[in-house]
Amino acid sequence: MKFWSQTAAILMKDLLTEYRTKDVLTSMLLFGLLVILMFNFAFEPDSEEIRKFGPGLLWMTFIFAGLLGMNRSFAAETENDTLEGLMLSPVKWSSIYLGKMLANLLFLLLAQAIILCLFSILFNYGIWPRIGWMAAITFLGTLGFASVGTLLAAVAANTRMSEVMLPVLMVPLVLPVILSVVLATAANFAQPPEEPVMFFWMQRLAAYDIIFVILPLMTFDYVLEK
Amino acid sequence: MTADAAVVVENAEKWFGLNPALANVSLRVHPGEFVALLGRNGAGKSTLLRVVARLVKPNRGRVRIWGVDVARDPERGRERIGLVAHQTYLYPGLTARENLRLHARLHRLEGAGERVAAALTEAGLNLSADRPVRGFSRGMQQRLAIARATLHGPELVLLDEPFTGLDLEAAELLSERLRQWAAAGRTIVMATHNLEQGLEGVTRWVLLDRGRIVTEWTGDSTAVRSRYRQFLKGAPPGAQGRRT
Amino acid sequence: MKGLQKHLGLVALLAMMAALYAIFVLAPVELTMGVVQKIFYFHVSSAWVGFLAIYLVCFCSLRFLRNRDRQWDIRAAAAAEVGAVFLTLNLVSGPIWAKPVWGIWWTWDARLTTTFVLWLIYMGYLMLRRLVDSPEQRARLSAVVSIFGAVNALVVYMANRWWRTQHPQPVIAGGEDSGLHPDMLLALLVTVLAFTLLFFCLWKMGCDLERTRDSVESLRRTAQRHLREVR
Repeated sequence: MKFWSQTAAILMKDLLTEYRTKDVLTSMLLFGLLVILMFNFAFEPDSEEIRKFGPGLLWMTFIFAGLLGMNRSFAAETENDTLEGLMLSPVKWSSIYLGKMLANLLFLLLAQAIILCLFSILFNYGIWPRIGWMAAITFLGTLGFASVGTLLAAVAANTRMSEVMLPVLMVPLVLPVILSVVLATAANFAQPPEEPVMFFWMQRLAAYDIIFVILPLMTFDYVLEK
Repeated sequence: MTADAAVVVENAEKWFGLNPALANVSLRVHPGEFVALLGRNGAGKSTLLRVVARLVKPNRGRVRIWGVDVARDPERGRERIGLVAHQTYLYPGLTARENLRLHARLHRLEGAGERVAAALTEAGLNLSADRPVRGFSRGMQQRLAIARATLHGPELVLLDEPFTGLDLEAAELLSERLRQWAAAGRTIVMATHNLEQGLEGVTRWVLLDRGRIVTEWTGDSTAVRSRYRQFLKGAPPGAQGRRT
Repeated sequence: MKGLQKHLGLVALLAMMAALYAIFVLAPVELTMGVVQKIFYFHVSSAWVGFLAIYLVCFCSLRFLRNRDRQWDIRAAAAAEVGAVFLTLNLVSGPIWAKPVWGIWWTWDARLTTTFVLWLIYMGYLMLRRLVDSPEQRARLSAVVSIFGAVNALVVYMANRWWRTQHPQPVIAGGEDSGLHPDMLLALLVTVLAFTLLFFCLWKMGCDLERTRDSVESLRRTAQRHLREVR
């Protein structure tokens, strides 16, 4: 109970800060739009190609936009050393991790929802009949991505080039998640949808999520310690 | 036997490779004492404070706060600690009130609303309570930082070079607060190399050099001041023979 | 054991020569691939060492996080450096072999992808170590990353297998494991042994180098302090 109320306090703090500044969401959305724009000019895709490359492109956008957003989550705590302030309060350090991870998860999901809508409108990409499954897949994929990303953002915030360090550490480590989520998305949007394939990859995603949520919770204290 | 001491540090050591930050430090602070940690930069004062607050895990040794082993239950130890450092620990994007409220929620304080309001009044920040901290002057931020660190009424106040970067007004306020805390019987441990400010109530002086406690002095600050100057000027123990 | 440690270099050299003999004299030339198949022995051995090393890095890192002994940090870092070199050897030798045999330099097959990802993890680990200034923090952070790396090497491998079993296998059929000539197998085992010994030899040298760096740094500090005091 104590743990969760403290986690909620940290989560609300991050949400409130973001509500004031809107830094993270704005940068993620602008980045997403830029990728869509570039995709259009680089490939001038027809509807068949959109169907083929759409899932991969969407996730590339989600991932790079997400890296951009998650980098802020601990970089923002360095001004006035507020992270040490959190560490000094009588909270389990894992609740700092969890609060920030949930904040990142919410930001990412919100940005992804908007980017997905824009993508669907701009490329006439029919997502609506399959939107429920897409939401489930996106949640599973983003959970694994955000939980590893939050830990690695804390690692990267201590380095001299955190903007570079985060992607370099992150992309190889979450590759299983990326692979599964792209394949699940592709199966979901295939004509006709290939549900058994989709379920196969969603199960794998759920398994990775378990690993990738537990591992950071176990190691986060070591990252914070001074 | 140790429950009556506020802080007990037993043989604390912190090193990495061939770099000792703390070497076999033992310190016992009684409730109501005001201990000043003196020493050069890098002597281990800051590390010692952080070992007490369990931000740093010592390689060896034990720390207990009112009998609570901080290695085993760091949260219960930290409940009774307030740390005032030269960093303010304030979120610039949040208002003064929100900063304090966050702190109150993390400490799970009862009657948080009134306590925050009272702390804001005491810090003289009533009029700016709902403005983001980013627009505050240095002095205002420092007042808020002090209010934040002591909002939960810590019995043990740790201070890490608190006068660094303060303007005159804020420094006066901090000195005033230190007097109040000392008079109220709070236990205070302050790391400093500033011998001009905030030292009126100090009951004991602990001198650190290269991660070791070199000596302890009691007595009033004027006498200690000259002895400390001598220490700083003179070669540290062990190197005297080489001076001509 | 002590003697082996002392003469590790010599033992590795002898094993290496035995491996060369086994590869080029003892083992027959492969019928369809010809002499280029000899790369196979080096290729497989360096992959083995590369994968062994990440688990050693992880093991040393866990030990470090438990007892905060700089020695374990040194061991982890040195193992990662040497492991990365061997994995690079593997990634370079692979295409040289693949081009004449398969007609392509690279294919995104499960094993190749896993190796490539592991190589990227090594690079991330080594880059992280360069970019953290405080030595204590560097040790802690890189230890955490290595745990992720080791778990991940396993997960990536499984993921890739599932991925590839979803599709028919591309150009590569069966693989070379099917019906290996006994002399070839012997040559492979000797080479793997020789590479492993070489790895331990280089690992030890890497550790010694880092320890020497530490003592130089500590001496430099002492000297500076004395200089300051004399002045």
